[in-house]
Amino acid sequence: MAGGSMENAMVGGGYTDEPHVLAVDDNLIDRKLVERLLKNSSCKVTTAENGLRALEYLGLGDEKRTALEDNVSKVNLIITDYCMPGMTGYELLKKIKESSSLKEIPVVIMSSENIPTRINKCLEEGAQMFMLKPLKQSDVVKLRCNLMNCRS
Amino acid sequence: MDSVVQLQRQLVDYTVQLFNEGLLDDQFNQLQQLQDESNPDFVVEVVTLFFEDSERLLDELAKALEQQSVDYTKIDAHVHQLKGSSSSIGAQRVQKVCIDFRNFCEERNIEGQVYLQLTCQKCLHQVKREYSLVKTKLETLFKLEQKVLAAGGSIPWPM
Repeated sequence: MAGGSMENAMVGGGYTDEPHVLAVDDNLIDRKLVERLLKNSSCKVTTAENGLRALEYLGLGDEKRTALEDNVSKVNLIITDYCMPGMTGYELLKKIKESSSLKEIPVVIMSSENIPTRINKCLEEGAQMFMLKPLKQSDVVKLRCNLMNCRS
Repeated sequence: MDSVVQLQRQLVDYTVQLFNEGLLDDQFNQLQQLQDESNPDFVVEVVTLFFEDSERLLDELAKALEQQSVDYTKIDAHVHQLKGSSSSIGAQRVQKVCIDFRNFCEERNIEGQVYLQLTCQKCLHQVKREYSLVKTKLETLFKLEQKVLAAGGSIPWPM
C-alpha cells in the first residue's frame, strides 16, 4: 500500500468522512461509552454484545446471507473487548482474519488488563491496535488518525 | 434562595471533595467531556445504567455466594463486570474493592472452602458498601447540578 491511504484496504471501497465502526463489548456501560466516543469522532456506530452477534452482523453467522451486499461492505473498523464470555475478542479476531470477505477490515482489541503476552498474541494474529480500557476521547482520536490517515 | 454563584460554588466544592476522597477519578471527567448540547444528559444516563447494572450484579453475587456449592468462576465473572463498569465511569473505590475481591478469589485453595466463602462474603460486603456510598454521592451531585441549572446557571466543568 505504498503512498496511498488505508482507504483502499477497506472492504467496500472508499468510505465517506463517517467511517462505520462495529463495536463489540459484553458490558452495557462500556458499549454506551465507546459508542459516544466514536460518535464524537464522527463515526457511524453499530454495537454488538458478543462475538456471535458481531459475526452475524458481518454475515458470518449460521444463517448465511449474501452478506457482501448488506453489512459487510459498510463496516470500516471493528473494535472489540478482549474478555467476553463465550467467544473472546481474540477468537473473534481470528474468525475475522480467517474470512476472505472480512480479513481486510482492521480490528482493534480493547482490554482493561495490560498483559504483554495477551497484547502480542493479538497483534500477531493481525490486530491493528491494542487499547487499554477505560477508553478516553484522546485514545479514539489517536485511533482514527492511526487507522484512517486523517489529517487534524 | 441561594444565588447561582453560591449554588455553583456548592457544586464545585462537593465535586472536588469526591475526587479528593478517591471516590471518583479522572474517568469521571472524561464522561463530563462527552456531554454537550446534543447529549446534555449523557453523564446521568451512563451513571444510571451503571446503578442498574451494578445492582443486578450485586444481587447475582449474593445469590451465588449462598449456594450449597459455590461457583467461583461465576463470582469472578460478575466481579470482573463490576470492576469494568466502575472503572469506566470513574468510581475508583468501587473498582479497587472489586480488584481486591478478585485477588482473594484467585488465592483460593481446595482445603479452605469455608474460609473462601466467608472471605468472599466479606469482599462482597465491602463492594456493596463502596457502591452505596458512591451512589449516594453521585445522586447528591446530580441534584446540585439540577439546582444550578434551575437557577439559570451553567455547570462549571472541569472543576
